[in-house]
Amino acid sequence: MSTDILIDLLQIIMLTLTTVIVMLVAGFKREHGLVNALTTSGLAASLLIFAFVDPILPLQATELIYFDEYSLFFSGLIIFGALAVSILAYPYFEKHHNNNEEFYILLLTATLGAVVLACSSHFISLFIGMEMLGVSLYAMIAYPVHGEKAAKFPLEAGIKYLIMSGLASGLILFGMALVYALTGAMFFNDLSPAINAEGLVGNPLLLTGFLLILGGISFKLSLVPFHIWTPDVYEGAPVPVTAYLATVSKAAMLAVTMRLLLLSDAFQFQALLIVLTVMAAASMLLGNLLALLQNNVKRLLAYSSIAHLGYLLVVIIAAASIPGLLSVESMSFYIAAYFIMSLAGFAVISALSNAGHELDNIADYQGLFWRNPWLSGVMITVLFSLAGIPLTAGFIGKFYIFTSGVEGSLWFLLTMLIIGSAIGLYYYLRLIYLMLQKAEMAPKKDPALAAIPFGTHAVLASMTALVIYLGVYPMPMIEILQSLAAAF
Amino acid sequence: MILVWLMLILFVGGIGAWLTESRSPELPRVIALFAIGLDLALVILMLVAPGAIGLTPVDNGQGTWLVLFEAEWIPRFGISFIFGADGLSMLLIFLTVFLGMISLGAAWHEIKERSGFFYFNLLWTLAGVIGVFTSLDLFLFFFFWEVMLIPMYFIIAIWGHENKEYAAMKFFIFTQVTGLLMLLAILVLVFLNYQSSEVITFNYFELLGADLPEEVVMWVMLGFFIAFATKLPAVPFHNWLPDAHSQAPTAGSVILAGILLKTGAYGLIRFTVPLFPEASLTFAPIAMTLGVVSILYTAKVAYAQNDLKRLIAYTSVSHMGFVLLGVYAWNAQAVQGAVMTMLAHGFSAAALFMLAGGLQHRIHTRDLDKMGGFWGVAPKMSFMALFFTVAAVGMPGLGNFVGEFLVLLGSFQVSITATAFAALGLVVAAIYSLIVIQKAFHGENTNNYEFADLTFIEMACFALMMIGLLWMGLYPQSMLDLAEPTLRSLNVVFP
Repeated sequence: MSTDILIDLLQIIMLTLTTVIVMLVAGFKREHGLVNALTTSGLAASLLIFAFVDPILPLQATELIYFDEYSLFFSGLIIFGALAVSILAYPYFEKHHNNNEEFYILLLTATLGAVVLACSSHFISLFIGMEMLGVSLYAMIAYPVHGEKAAKFPLEAGIKYLIMSGLASGLILFGMALVYALTGAMFFNDLSPAINAEGLVGNPLLLTGFLLILGGISFKLSLVPFHIWTPDVYEGAPVPVTAYLATVSKAAMLAVTMRLLLLSDAFQFQALLIVLTVMAAASMLLGNLLALLQNNVKRLLAYSSIAHLGYLLVVIIAAASIPGLLSVESMSFYIAAYFIMSLAGFAVISALSNAGHELDNIADYQGLFWRNPWLSGVMITVLFSLAGIPLTAGFIGKFYIFTSGVEGSLWFLLTMLIIGSAIGLYYYLRLIYLMLQKAEMAPKKDPALAAIPFGTHAVLASMTALVIYLGVYPMPMIEILQSLAAAF
Repeated sequence: MILVWLMLILFVGGIGAWLTESRSPELPRVIALFAIGLDLALVILMLVAPGAIGLTPVDNGQGTWLVLFEAEWIPRFGISFIFGADGLSMLLIFLTVFLGMISLGAAWHEIKERSGFFYFNLLWTLAGVIGVFTSLDLFLFFFFWEVMLIPMYFIIAIWGHENKEYAAMKFFIFTQVTGLLMLLAILVLVFLNYQSSEVITFNYFELLGADLPEEVVMWVMLGFFIAFATKLPAVPFHNWLPDAHSQAPTAGSVILAGILLKTGAYGLIRFTVPLFPEASLTFAPIAMTLGVVSILYTAKVAYAQNDLKRLIAYTSVSHMGFVLLGVYAWNAQAVQGAVMTMLAHGFSAAALFMLAGGLQHRIHTRDLDKMGGFWGVAPKMSFMALFFTVAAVGMPGLGNFVGEFLVLLGSFQVSITATAFAALGLVVAAIYSLIVIQKAFHGENTNNYEFADLTFIEMACFALMMIGLLWMGLYPQSMLDLAEPTLRSLNVVFP
């Protein structure tokens, strides 16, 4: 094994090391603060590694892991998200729960899985990463189940996610088997030559294989009609975990999906595109429509995430007919923007909540703007960003989606996108309006608002700054994305 | 650069107002006054003595620009900061800053709660509107188009009246959704231009001469038209306006009626017709019909209102119908008339909303049926009401008359039928306006309302607007001269 590979693996090694250390420390000394500090600094260290060491790119490190700017970007995003979640988790679990230490081990293994996904261009590493992420998440979702005052329904949510996710993994595995049986390839790069060489375009069995894989992935991404689990799991899980689920797990899955689809030439199958188009339209409409009915902020954000994944699918479909450069760039930007704004949104909910009491009812937010302008200011920025209003990252993201859609001439999907956004505006504005209502109408005392630790403030401030920075001056980010997209 | 300064002063002033709120509730409005005052001084300087602040008009082959500022923004997509001001923009910037000052006067005593955040929103709306009137990059234009919405949404949603949630939501969704249509149209336009010229650019000047395939150009034009017609507003997209106006606080109504509606008209003149001349020509009969329908239909609806603010709101739609008619007649008189109507209506509608708002602030109702006999109670206010109502109706000697007369004169050369029907609007206008005067200020004061007459600040605001309208009515040439070079560069046919 050459040193080049070791250098590129540093990030993963650092994460693994942190996991082991945290596990050992938690075994000997059960102290929440210490474990949290170790986790946070371990994540920060692995995030910063490449600021000091130049990675060698692109590089195939073992058969399973492939390093290029694309995988590096998404690993960075994932670790950044995990870092934020780790910071948010401390005040959330502290004082209200006894055995908090294992949570951080799970967080680290999940992150490790997500990073593997981002670096994967092989069916096996896709599966390993996905399972590592998924299995850790089952436990994370159900984590506070033994607490005295548990978050709403963690066990129900955990089991729901376990069953759904297990089923999805099964589908993906079966799909991989079919694809492998026909092409004999496990590398994404080998798929396309094998398909073309053996004249497999239009082969129904291969199509079934791809459809099964896509079906499984859609479960993980919660696209309609595989979205049913999303609101319940979002609602049931503790807020930091919901944040993790909404951002890290989706970004990792999307990163590998885009790579698979672009490298494997799966777009040659018309049927696949039709299925994707139907799912995109349904996700945009249904996600937004069902969000209208929600009175729980976590459920509302769950449905909104379904809609946003539908928007993203527009880019993925457009990738079939537009240059890879633009589609990868658009998708990466949108994921990054969505990642940051969701994280900020959940950070607000998390700042208002703790393991004993979650402030996720929409009525709890009434008059928040007058009680706590800072928190609600962040929330309003996030909601505007989710709605795609200028000055925020969400707007540039939406601009990218429109650009890709126009270049791919996807008029039907663009119409759905406009209709979906119009409906979406309604519930985002409703929440904003609620926060703006007069303070007298709201409950006077708000124990959760008493003391928000510095770490949470730092997360909130940096996320908000990023949302606005990306919305006003996106050029540096675009340059990064252009160079990573050049690989496709 | 001076245009950027105009906006920066307002942006920074807004933040300053917000931050100083906790120190003293009086401070924000002083800061707002200072920021708008500075802007107003700069704008007047730009109009009167551009040389004194180092401005020399630039001719770039597509118009003469008093100021033209360019800087890179997102080169990946050929998006840049291009701000330019020519005669038309200058007129509208002046209107914006001037009415900003008036709305400050309207808010001075009315806004007591959270005044810092209010002035923040007020200043940011004004800055956004200046951005709209000066952006010459379509992306930048769209950016400001949306940016001016958010603070306006807050103004209605926080300081509005009884039904503010509904009104604010409706206002936002109408403009945002049609805005998305415009974004789509902009992107298609850019993409088509890219296909024929291999350059991705949002630059207005480069897109002006774009070579577009005929079968899609109509759709692209419609994307722009719907967005602007919603803002204008024209029937059938006018639905949001009566609610937004009647629910907004006085200063909000003043800005909405006086300035925000003009962005729609400006968009039509600057973008829709010049970018798509042929499609616009084909579409002109429909647009002119919509204009005439707006004039007559909303005049009739206005007549049926007993909510004072709603009534004025509907008359706004009716007057903006003249603008639509004038723009699509697209000859010298008609477009000049449209510009004059925009300016004059800005003043008269702002004044009327300020009166209605002042009245509501005093007697806590907008219901015309409960009013009556106010001439005895508040003679100054009644006189002002009479003056601005008569101005809105189109009394010769005042600005509105010049505007509407020129529109009719111009559109007569294009469509006699449309003009004939539009002229009927003047008659109906007289009826609904006199009803207001009759119901509110004459007759019996059945509910025995007693309230204070206009304050000094209000009198000053009204006096300024009176002078403005008189100026426009008696010496319109000064404004026509400013707008003419712009219109010539946009290929309006001059005799």
